[in-house]
Amino acid sequence: MSTVTYLEAIRQALWEEMEQDERVFMLGQDIGTYGGAFRLTAGFLDRFGPQRIIDTPISESAMVGCAVGAAMMGLLPVVEMQFIDFISCAFNQIINFAAPSRYRWGQKVPLVIRGPAGGNVHGSAYHSQNPESYFQHTPGLKILAPGTAVDAYGLMKAAIRDQNPVLFFEHKYLYRRLKEELPEGDGLVEIGKARVVREGRDLSVITYGAMLHVALEAAGRLEADGINLEVLDLRTIKPLDQEAILATVKKTSRVIVLTEEQITGSVAGEVAARISQHAFEWLDGPVHRLCCPDTPVPYSPTLEEAYLPNVDKLVAKVRELASY
Amino acid sequence: MARIGKNWGPLHPQEAEKTESLAKSDLPRERQLELYHFLKLTRMVEDRLGNLYRQGKVVGGLYSSRGQEATSVGSAYALEPQDMMGPLIRNLGSMLVRGVQPREVMMQYMAKSDSPTGGKDGNTHFGDLKRGLVAPISMLGAVIPVMAGVALAGKMMGKNLVALTYIGDGGTSTGDFHEGLNLASVLEVPFVLIAEHNGWAYSTPTSRQMRIKNIATRAAAYGIPGEMVDGNDVLAVYEATKRAVERARAGGGPTLIEAKTFRMKGHAEHDDAGYVPKEHFDEWRLKDPIERFERHLLGNGLAGENDLKAITAKIDAQLNEEVDFALASPMPPPERAFEGVYEP
Repeated sequence: MSTVTYLEAIRQALWEEMEQDERVFMLGQDIGTYGGAFRLTAGFLDRFGPQRIIDTPISESAMVGCAVGAAMMGLLPVVEMQFIDFISCAFNQIINFAAPSRYRWGQKVPLVIRGPAGGNVHGSAYHSQNPESYFQHTPGLKILAPGTAVDAYGLMKAAIRDQNPVLFFEHKYLYRRLKEELPEGDGLVEIGKARVVREGRDLSVITYGAMLHVALEAAGRLEADGINLEVLDLRTIKPLDQEAILATVKKTSRVIVLTEEQITGSVAGEVAARISQHAFEWLDGPVHRLCCPDTPVPYSPTLEEAYLPNVDKLVAKVRELASY
Repeated sequence: MARIGKNWGPLHPQEAEKTESLAKSDLPRERQLELYHFLKLTRMVEDRLGNLYRQGKVVGGLYSSRGQEATSVGSAYALEPQDMMGPLIRNLGSMLVRGVQPREVMMQYMAKSDSPTGGKDGNTHFGDLKRGLVAPISMLGAVIPVMAGVALAGKMMGKNLVALTYIGDGGTSTGDFHEGLNLASVLEVPFVLIAEHNGWAYSTPTSRQMRIKNIATRAAAYGIPGEMVDGNDVLAVYEATKRAVERARAGGGPTLIEAKTFRMKGHAEHDDAGYVPKEHFDEWRLKDPIERFERHLLGNGLAGENDLKAITAKIDAQLNEEVDFALASPMPPPERAFEGVYEP
């Protein structure tokens, strides 16, 4: 099997879905001739032509609106946000047009909105965001945030085949840092299923995206101290895999929810709330959210390091909670 | 871009005389009578809805297109069966032309179990792709890029269809108006946008929406044809839309049509429109689109008084049945509130 980066995995999933289903097409800014800001769609225009690889004006709202209309007609649009931060410009189309359509009048809207999310690349306030918490509140959406190349590949395929509006948040820090072998077969990953990436007995870290790798590194470091971490990768943020969340809590009784979002109103908060509501009697300590502070994403490396969760911060928090 | 530049704002009483005779049309008599049927049906359905509202049967707001029926009916009538349309809240006439039954709208307003949305949404907020109808959302302008996408899909799938939607004068101030029309233009999709210039966006007059007099001039910014029509002349609206639809179908891209009309009621039934100067209502009452069309039909020998009365009587009888049917539908079962968010 071929070894691919996280970015190549997404690219390959998109390519294969476009090859096998002519209803799939893409809308985005600079995705055609230029091949995308991260070169993720380089070569797509030559292969699939301008009818299916559509460069648009700088109009995020119209891009998504246009995709909604095309999806209603039976096509399968994939919209690229050049940076996921710009998804806010399409907020109304997503939460008021796409998401409630199935409920309001029975009309499905199968589309994918994808793009690079996340920080640790010195992108500052408008090229580093993690907007999932704005959308987790909205019924009708599905939200995916893969932390491995294998999941990025399998979830992208699942997203395109899903019959609902799916937001697909790629972590740009992982784009070229991960290299994995893709599995045999179609490699589909089921939406709504978390994965225990590392079995452990002492404390659970529930996470997703780039923070998965922070958790795994911390787990390795803590092994020497005799603290055995379990790491649960949510992979799908909406709908949350509550069963898997509660299962790991019941196994270890101590939980840190580690996410790269500002803490207030975060996905981590929702996970913590569900644990307190449904597994309170299993807990041996408070559910801790290790997230970003309530500030915009800062630019300078020293500031961004202070802002983001990292291995040191997680290790310190694990030690604290392990001795609670 | 034939009529751009003609100095024709919406609020000039002296225009009443000039706009009396209707546009030239080759539509045969039967089809003109069909137009009359839909105009009359629209008004009579809304009158019935008004009754239901006053009886407390309408659980939410009630929106009227009174005075604007010709814009809805004339434009929708220019579409072919394969075409797609995104009506807004004041386009009941367009929906009736596309085959929506009065009972469907009545049940929507009364939140009944058998309404097209099963009680999940109200008023004209429902769609049916089989009849070429996309449901609107309340945020104005949003339907424009969506219908541009419908047009794009139609083009990609070789369906030979045209997508049409509406916007009010107030709605032209939104970002989606610009983004949507611009994208439609750049992608050269078969799309027609009818801007209903009815003078008021809720209580805000057009003068507080824009510093231009004619919305059609905005077409120049998108490099597409812009046309102004008398929105209270059903034939003028029909002919202008027909031209735009034919151009779009032939690959000529989008058109912006501005229909000059007037909202004869408030924003919704609760609103007495006290902010609208009375003389504007007096002036536009003289230009009532249905009465004008009646004078046209009678004056040109296309119909006699009895023909029009027969059409009206037939609608009246039909609406008795429609109201009875709508009233008989139960309210939806509570458990439905939790169903249908996701497509399996």
